[in-house]
Amino acid sequence: MIDGLQTWWLMPLVAGLLLAVSAGPLGSFVVWRRMAFFGDTLAHGALLGITFGVLTDLDPTLALVVGSASLALILLPLQLASRLSADTLLGIVSHGTLAIGLVALSLADGIRVDLMGYLFGDLLAINEGHVYWLLGSTAITLTLVLCFWNSLLAVTVSPELARIEGRPVMLLDLMLILLLAMTVALAMKVVGILLISALLIMPPAAAHALSKGPRQMAAIASVVGIMSVLFGMWASFRWDTPAGPSIVVTAMLLFIASLTFRRKR
Amino acid sequence: MNEQPILRANNLSLTFGQKKVLDQINLNIQPRQIITLIGPNGCGKSTLTKVLLGLVRPDAGKVIRSRQLRIGYMPQHLPLDQRMPLNVDEFLRLTRRSTRAAVDHWLERLNITSLKHQSVHDLSGGEWQRVLLARALLVEPELLVLDEPVQGVDVQGQLELYQLIPQLRDELGCAVLMISHDLHLVMSATDEVICLNGHVCCSGHPETVSADPAYLELFGRRLDDGIAYYTHHHDHEHCDHDHSNQSSTTGHHHHD
Repeated sequence: MIDGLQTWWLMPLVAGLLLAVSAGPLGSFVVWRRMAFFGDTLAHGALLGITFGVLTDLDPTLALVVGSASLALILLPLQLASRLSADTLLGIVSHGTLAIGLVALSLADGIRVDLMGYLFGDLLAINEGHVYWLLGSTAITLTLVLCFWNSLLAVTVSPELARIEGRPVMLLDLMLILLLAMTVALAMKVVGILLISALLIMPPAAAHALSKGPRQMAAIASVVGIMSVLFGMWASFRWDTPAGPSIVVTAMLLFIASLTFRRKR
Repeated sequence: MNEQPILRANNLSLTFGQKKVLDQINLNIQPRQIITLIGPNGCGKSTLTKVLLGLVRPDAGKVIRSRQLRIGYMPQHLPLDQRMPLNVDEFLRLTRRSTRAAVDHWLERLNITSLKHQSVHDLSGGEWQRVLLARALLVEPELLVLDEPVQGVDVQGQLELYQLIPQLRDELGCAVLMISHDLHLVMSATDEVICLNGHVCCSGHPETVSADPAYLELFGRRLDDGIAYYTHHHDHEHCDHDHSNQSSTTGHHHHD
């Protein structure tokens, strides 16, 4: 009885916290590289991954990660192309894939998919399997980001200088984008397709005012993310609000609080 | 100079859409040589630099660099995202294989030690330029490439920077490729000038090029403006000499 009680909130909580930890540094890179829209596109396209999973009977999480990663690979040249044209093209891919995903899901005969759960997150449906996935992805993300921190930062500050100095710019870009795709795919259950970018962008934006260096900003972003998950989930249980949006609302409030802090400084 | 050039460009051509940006460009950079690329806006200076650096592929032609050539590049602009908190020290430490000691050495050499812990977002144009130069020097370059190194720097700062460049060449034993739009600024600091306008209009010693008809055709009107900045002020005689050359169109090598 007590065991069962513990389990139902423990798995969602652990999942949320793991996500918050890896979203801190990843989200910081998203903010520095102005890739917010790119993250959105990955999230929207991930719905196609779900359809793919439903149709092929693959493990849904695996299908999501594979779908998201392939979309990231297709979009990689776009990210490197000129920002202006990439913007329009990303918009087309982003909303196009979302729409195709929705249409395809409705056509998949006899299969009932909890669409709301994918769009806005379904934290309570998270099971041990999801947590293992998130544990793996967080471990990989943190290890790679820490190992390649200087290179990733150098490429972010100036791809040109990094290339002239002989850094493997292409590989570093690829690594960051695949990590992002994996995280976005796994974040879907937690906050939902429509709010994933928020979880990537808001914590670093809030951390910006409080940090003196990039390392610090990434770390504080993780802390802000953890606080958002803790408080958002508490609020969700307390007032019976949806968990994903509650987490995002908390993150936004923390961002607004950080603005007043900046003014004081 | 009989040494092997550290960088050779053979017949570089590049077309953007309809426009021929680079047309059959040949160029050699010898060790310890200071070369200046000049030309009007849109003449292909920056594009040529990017091709030489390996950032842009030419449509035709080849860039041959000596093995493992270390290049230090000081870009004209380096926009930084405001949302990344970064101080000068952290920025410089991003240079590949840089050490704490090397960062301190170049900060001191360029007289910007006081900026070490300042945010890169709070620097003036001249200060940022020096930080970028420090970053290029941290590579311990065999070839130092400076794209419009004095942009946004006041006159005093420009003179200092141009005095610094030959000194840096001697300290590091590196070659220098400078990009400039004004020959008179760089005249005293450079060994060879290449005047570019899609193709190489003329090249040679700065005194030679400044009198070359192809150069004068491109820069004729700006010549008088330039004199005010020139380190060694022209006397009247010299000035006349310049003007007389403007009308006579022979006597200097000119490949078109």
